[in-house]
Amino acid sequence: MKKEKTMKLSLPEEEFINSGHLACQGCGATLAMRYVLKATGKRTVVCIPACCWAVIDGPFPHSSLDVPIFHCAFETAASSATGVKAGLEMVGDHETTVVAFAGDGGTFDIGIQALSGAAERNDDIIYVCYDNEAYMNTGIQRSSATPYGAWTTTTPVKHFKNRPKKDIDAILAAHGIPYLATASIGYPEDLYKKAKKAKDIKGTRFLHIYTPCPAGWKSRPEDTIKLSRLVVQTGIFPLYEIEDGERYTINMKPKERKPINEYLKLQGRFRHLTEDQIALMQEQVDKNWERLLRRVSSEE
Amino acid sequence: MKKKKEVKKIVFHSAKEMPLMPMSLGSMLYNKTGSWRNIKPVIDLEKCIQCGICWKFCPDISIYIENEYPVIDYDYCKGCGICAEECPTKCIVMVEEKK
Repeated sequence: MKKEKTMKLSLPEEEFINSGHLACQGCGATLAMRYVLKATGKRTVVCIPACCWAVIDGPFPHSSLDVPIFHCAFETAASSATGVKAGLEMVGDHETTVVAFAGDGGTFDIGIQALSGAAERNDDIIYVCYDNEAYMNTGIQRSSATPYGAWTTTTPVKHFKNRPKKDIDAILAAHGIPYLATASIGYPEDLYKKAKKAKDIKGTRFLHIYTPCPAGWKSRPEDTIKLSRLVVQTGIFPLYEIEDGERYTINMKPKERKPINEYLKLQGRFRHLTEDQIALMQEQVDKNWERLLRRVSSEE
Repeated sequence: MKKKKEVKKIVFHSAKEMPLMPMSLGSMLYNKTGSWRNIKPVIDLEKCIQCGICWKFCPDISIYIENEYPVIDYDYCKGCGICAEECPTKCIVMVEEKK
């Protein structure tokens, strides 16, 4: 212990989540919750539908979060959060942030009508979607967030998913919500900054957070952070913000995008893919990246 | 960051003991998840550059900062190995757990 250097942490030290939660080893969703709560602070109410986090939180009467949690039905994350916010407004509390924290199944498939309704009414909530690209909690079933080529228990190797991932960000941008951002747990400072920015905006804010799932993706638990960095560096999941549905900002533009093979080979769910299929996926990623760049430049 | 305090599991013996509304009465700290792991991280503080990356990426919040250095809480560490993988100086190594 010879060094004198003082430790500088890039995130606030205060934690609103306790150890002892029931997440798998190397869980990305836990980190997403940790960073979002660091940004929104003590005065937060979290609405959790059926998703991994409904389990991670722990059985009644215990809870692993230090903030109030409202467990709601699968399809009602956004409408429950709207109700909680309306109730708080009624008793004169205008400061508490209400966060709906749903998985990709509860956002892309089952909860989309409640989310669309909340976005249309522009209710004052933050909707966080942590995207692990399948229904992981119930046993790795395909969702509309599952990417092309991925293995799940309902899309086995012989009949792997042959449709691309739904572009939820474009759907929500079309609602014209005040703030929308994509984030990855591999870049926690960026995620923290976006959650902090979302907290200070009024209206429906949507955060789409990419969270690897070692159990469902058949990847090593220690690769969680590496995967969430690679997904941005390859351009599969670009980090950007959309304000008022039209002002696009790309937060991270890799100088040279890495080939997606680097990202795919770390995961067992893509092991069956042939060279041709990978080339097809690379083409699709390039196309999506070009489309994003076109959208950004058309605004300038 | 302070060390976590001891918390006991809450058990209801009859329906009368239960609260009228389903609400959280205690934290999950009673659940010592350290028993889940097969390998455990060990920090060599001589090589540590105090970057805080291990603390930042721990999904189990089982690394806390004490006297400017990271300390691992083996009661809760699940042994995922993210800290060892992400450490820039590789001062954290995963060693086999003796059972």
